[in-house]
Amino acid sequence: MMLLRLILTALSLGALPATVAIDLPDLPYSYDALAPAISEQTLRTHHLKHHAKYVNTANELLKSEPSYANLSPEKIIKDRKLRMKNLSLFNNVAQAINHAFYWKSLSPNGGGQPSGQLMDLIQRDFGSFEELKNKMESEALTCFGSGWAWLGYDASKGHEKLVVMKTTGAENPMALGITPLLTIDVWEHAYYLDFQERRGEYVKAYFDRLVNWSFAEENLKLLGLVIAKDEL
Amino acid sequence: MTNLSLALSAVLVGSTSGFSLDMKAQAPNTRRQVLQKTAALTTSIAIPAAANAYAVPDLNYPFEALEPYIDAPTMKIHHDKHHVANINKATEGKPEVDILELQLNALEAGPAVRNNGGGHYNHAFFWDEMAPPDQASKTKPSASLEAAIISSFGSLDEMKAAFEARAAPGALFGSGWVWICVNSKGDELKLVGTPNQDNPLMKGVAEEVMFPILGLDVWEHAYYLKYQNRRPEYVSNWWNVVNWDKVSENFEYVKEKKAGVPVRG
Repeated sequence: MMLLRLILTALSLGALPATVAIDLPDLPYSYDALAPAISEQTLRTHHLKHHAKYVNTANELLKSEPSYANLSPEKIIKDRKLRMKNLSLFNNVAQAINHAFYWKSLSPNGGGQPSGQLMDLIQRDFGSFEELKNKMESEALTCFGSGWAWLGYDASKGHEKLVVMKTTGAENPMALGITPLLTIDVWEHAYYLDFQERRGEYVKAYFDRLVNWSFAEENLKLLGLVIAKDEL
Repeated sequence: MTNLSLALSAVLVGSTSGFSLDMKAQAPNTRRQVLQKTAALTTSIAIPAAANAYAVPDLNYPFEALEPYIDAPTMKIHHDKHHVANINKATEGKPEVDILELQLNALEAGPAVRNNGGGHYNHAFFWDEMAPPDQASKTKPSASLEAAIISSFGSLDEMKAAFEARAAPGALFGSGWVWICVNSKGDELKLVGTPNQDNPLMKGVAEEVMFPILGLDVWEHAYYLKYQNRRPEYVSNWWNVVNWDKVSENFEYVKEKKAGVPVRG
């Protein structure tokens, strides 16, 4: 009883370590929900081995960098000094974030096209949905080595537009001030069991059956953009 | 190529190829050298410039030969689908240069040459330093290589441990290769990790240009079908297929020539 009192007191004083900074979210669907495009084995391995390892390593490394423990993952990713000081911490935090974002970028009922403001912006900035899709596919296919392809929004003054880009390793567009709307993981572990070297087929399956345009629309809504009709 | 020069090439290739563990330090059989010999013999016949200057060399062993350490499907896909001589597109119309010579200035030559030229050299190097486990197990570093290992790492076991640590997913993040090299002065062995398809022969990649004698592909495609995320297991198993006779030969060659090991293709 005395011990319990001590623990509760310590907790209320913040004397015990803060709760872990990075968590491993559950998938928004079951492990077999994306098959046959992405197999159950791939989802289990990708989530429970790769993603989980990044989360655990990030939390382990955060123990020796307590000043970063209470920062949001976004702040950690944008911190230029951190990368130089502790690249491993950056890589693991960024990969934890990237993967959490990736799971939500996929859906068992994915594919098709977006609507609403996102579609308006696609037409404004790319001319057509086909153009946008082609650009994203191209970035995904030309990413040499390990990396990601993204649809994002650059909200910086004078540059406001949708952006399609690739990043290498653990890099996330937030570090460049771009808000991610969607991502596709093109590290080989994301597709190798199902597609081996055929990354093109994986990317096609992503657009045909998996891409979660609702998630992209939600992310865009969070920006609270007001686009004048005459801009479209 | 004309039919005559093709036939001559076939004869030359047939007479100098073939896998042998106790290879003498003869001039390696690169396709380019074969073509050059052929060209010399058929100078009276006009030969158009070869459109495909580089070719993926055949493996010296069947795809299943490195089982159980590297699985047959991986060997087949890795060799047939990943090791593609894309470098031909990047060098079309340019003067023919041995793949080894392309490495030094690869960064300057741009991403197409760096990525595809590097990849071609790295993979050609990789295939030939491996052997089926029952043959590999009979090999060991030569006396002079062993002396260099002891001098630079303390012991073979310490070198392997350092190599495995360098190859771990945390240490070599993403795609790349891990190498044991002779330094440019030729007096030390160095452990180097390089990203993507870079290698230490390329100016600007490592602390100085260095000459690999041993290298391991840690791109996920090299191990994912069998090992998935378990890269450390792939790396520690890999020693079972390392042909130390070839590695020792590589060592003697780079020390003497102060140049990189030539590769087939």
